[in-house]
Amino acid sequence: MDKMPKWADLFLIPFINLILAFVAAGLVVLAIGENPLDAIYFMIKGSLGSTSGIGYTLYYATNYIFTGLAVAVAFHARLFNIGGEGQAAVGGVGAAVVLLAVDWPHWTLALPFAILGAAIAGAAWAAIPAYLQAKRGSHIVITTIMFNFIAAALLGFLLNGILKNPATQNAETRNFGAGAHLPTAHEMLAPFGIEFSKSAPLNFSFLLAIACAFLVWVLIWHTRLGYQIRAFGHNEGAAKYAGISSVRITILAMLISGALAGMLAINVVMGEQERLIKEFVEGAGFVGIAVALMGRSHPFGIVLAALLFGMLTQGGFELLWEMPTISREMVLVIQALIILFTGALDHMVRDPVERLFIRMKKRAA
Amino acid sequence: MNTETKSGRQETAASAIELRGISKAFGPVQANKDISINVKKGTIHGIIGENGAGKSTLMSILYGFYKADAGEIFINGKKTDIPDSQAAIAAGIGMVFQHFKLVENFTVLENVILGVEDGPLLKDSLTKARETLTSLAKEYELHVDPDALIEDLSVGHQQRVEILKALYRQAEILILDEPTGVLTPAEADHLFRILRGLKDQGKTIILITHKLREIMEITDTVSVMRRGEMTSTVKTAETSPEDLAERMVGRKVLLRVDKTPANPGKTVLEVKDLRVVDEDKIERLRSISFSMRAGEILGIAGVSGNGQTQLLEVLGGYQNATGSVMVNGQSIDLTGTHSDGQSRRARGISHVPEDRQAEGLIMEFMAWENMIFGYHHDPKYQKNRWLMDNAAIRTETEAKMERFDVRPPNPRLQAKNFSGGNQQKIVLAREIERDPDLLLVGQPTRGVDIGAIEFIHKRILELRDEGKAILMVSVELEEILSMSDRIIVMFDGRIMGERDPTKTNERELGLLMAGVTDEGEAA
Repeated sequence: MDKMPKWADLFLIPFINLILAFVAAGLVVLAIGENPLDAIYFMIKGSLGSTSGIGYTLYYATNYIFTGLAVAVAFHARLFNIGGEGQAAVGGVGAAVVLLAVDWPHWTLALPFAILGAAIAGAAWAAIPAYLQAKRGSHIVITTIMFNFIAAALLGFLLNGILKNPATQNAETRNFGAGAHLPTAHEMLAPFGIEFSKSAPLNFSFLLAIACAFLVWVLIWHTRLGYQIRAFGHNEGAAKYAGISSVRITILAMLISGALAGMLAINVVMGEQERLIKEFVEGAGFVGIAVALMGRSHPFGIVLAALLFGMLTQGGFELLWEMPTISREMVLVIQALIILFTGALDHMVRDPVERLFIRMKKRAA
Repeated sequence: MNTETKSGRQETAASAIELRGISKAFGPVQANKDISINVKKGTIHGIIGENGAGKSTLMSILYGFYKADAGEIFINGKKTDIPDSQAAIAAGIGMVFQHFKLVENFTVLENVILGVEDGPLLKDSLTKARETLTSLAKEYELHVDPDALIEDLSVGHQQRVEILKALYRQAEILILDEPTGVLTPAEADHLFRILRGLKDQGKTIILITHKLREIMEITDTVSVMRRGEMTSTVKTAETSPEDLAERMVGRKVLLRVDKTPANPGKTVLEVKDLRVVDEDKIERLRSISFSMRAGEILGIAGVSGNGQTQLLEVLGGYQNATGSVMVNGQSIDLTGTHSDGQSRRARGISHVPEDRQAEGLIMEFMAWENMIFGYHHDPKYQKNRWLMDNAAIRTETEAKMERFDVRPPNPRLQAKNFSGGNQQKIVLAREIERDPDLLLVGQPTRGVDIGAIEFIHKRILELRDEGKAILMVSVELEEILSMSDRIIVMFDGRIMGERDPTKTNERELGLLMAGVTDEGEAA
């Protein structure tokens, strides 16, 4: 009955999209007089060629898993949460407050509370647009975008005010205590005799992100709440018939979504910076939209897409370093092309591939 | 084109449309298989077949929406390519769709000239259209106010606008897809008069329908489609409804429902002074009162859009109302937090909604996910506090699919991959097997093939004979007459009267449906 096998849907089509994106990006590189093959080489070498590169790649991927999952959970309820950026920023405040308030004796104690702080703060930031959508009909796309700006302003206000470290000129908090230090990949792998780059920011949060991906999978496909979220997302009228409350589902889905976005702070604020700074989210909230789109809102696909975007981010920085003619904007163009081909232009590839499979099936029959 | 001789129109007339070997596949589905048909000029040609038999696909090919994989089209004996609807219009084909394609906030005139304006300024076109419309109205009883907005017109009048649109584009061949689905019997009669008038003027009409009665009443020739093939073409005068049904389904079909007299028990439902005002402040239900007892089927007749939908929604728990509703002697909340589908189900009310695709099913969900839809809170579907017992649900679904003869009996298939009849069986299996005290059924057999209709009717009667109350809303008068133990007719949010199905007929019900009470009866 299905038009094509599942593997083609999940792997073949994203793969073709990716190839097309690289071809288009290659043409752009060619147009500014550089060798596209060199560019690809530098990107791959930079992101996977050393433990340091891998460490950075997975560090970025961790962020994208959190924000990708956030977008996906909301999207299963057909809510387009564009506010991952702001929810993550406020999540950072939540984590920082918890980590600054107590002189934690050990990270295993600090982590659960930091997660709670980040998740609750992120969820709270998502709750307002959720309420406005559910009760007042204000469109969630508009409100979440607006809340990104408010979050940025709030973060600046707090970091220049009550959270500011008086010892410096910068808008940042003081460093968290040593007991709040999350183990890095270097520290975790050393006991196994594996030499991992000391400088790479990869830390324990990566495992947390993978665990979250698994939990989201359980939530969506094995719990009653997930069932109701999907039902509501597919068909609001039918959900109403079944007695599923649109208000409840909208708010719950957005709370979970905001909490996941907020947890990005565990990776960046607690795991890497060890203090709260401005603009630590660095666009990961928006990349999460592309990640969820490419991962087809499935946690497994999101992990894969996050790895790819982690490679692109890290590889992009390497490219800047290795090819001086390529500017930061150029790297953004390449990343945007990949988002364009994998997300927005999905049907361009999907329809012909579907036809091909149908023709093949007919010939076999 | 010298075929307009009055004497020989029936037998020797040239063909208006001839299809030769038309085939069309959608993926693995062969929607049309080597179809050949010859429609004579100046006749009314019926095409019947069950849902999914390929009627609409064939007409879409003829109107240029789809491109046939193989085959040829001849219009007036000349081989014609129809790559798009512009070409179809140029070839003199006009199409009246089941769902009208009118701009709601345009006037009749503006709709008629849409796409065929004579120039950048509308004045001349509008004047010309006004003249044409006046003469067409005279000629064919096609009266419509040219300056009325579409949204202010009744459905029957909107349909006339569609016909006028086609005639204004000089259509010689008119295709109507299920034209009477939304009409009252009187409106349908009027439509048939218009069609006969058009035929007398030498126009050719193709009527697509699943209603055997209409075929018998108005067509000259009828073609039967089954599973993508044109199985036979016969003269209407030489066939019978039973014969046609058999050709459609491929086996003998029971057209009448076999049913014993009802054996009503205690009162299950009491509705008093029910009123609904919708978001646009329009009164949808105006003081509805009735009651029904266990072991009977109460049929609600009426043209769609006269409050039946709101009645089902109120009883199903997702439309606020005022008034009182008692189920088994206990009143139920009509507003507030205890007025939702969940609490209605807890009170023993099951609901097969009118539109299974928009409400009854999640089309993207698999059959097993749909089989618990609305009952997903039932503890027996939970493995523990956190997780649902998906495996157990699948096992249960498999058993239900077997009992309700859902084909294919695969719980992992998405609802959208089942035929209309099998989708409806999934909904019925879910609702009937909850053993409700009161079953609400909206349009039990809309878009369901004849074979499945028989099965669904049998199941509903079985439930009645088990002593359950069944409230059935249907726009099919035949269904209302054959299934109900009592009939209530609704018009404009009111109950126009109650009738005994054994002592009434379609004509009487039709008048009530149109809001005419010759006895001055008050509900």
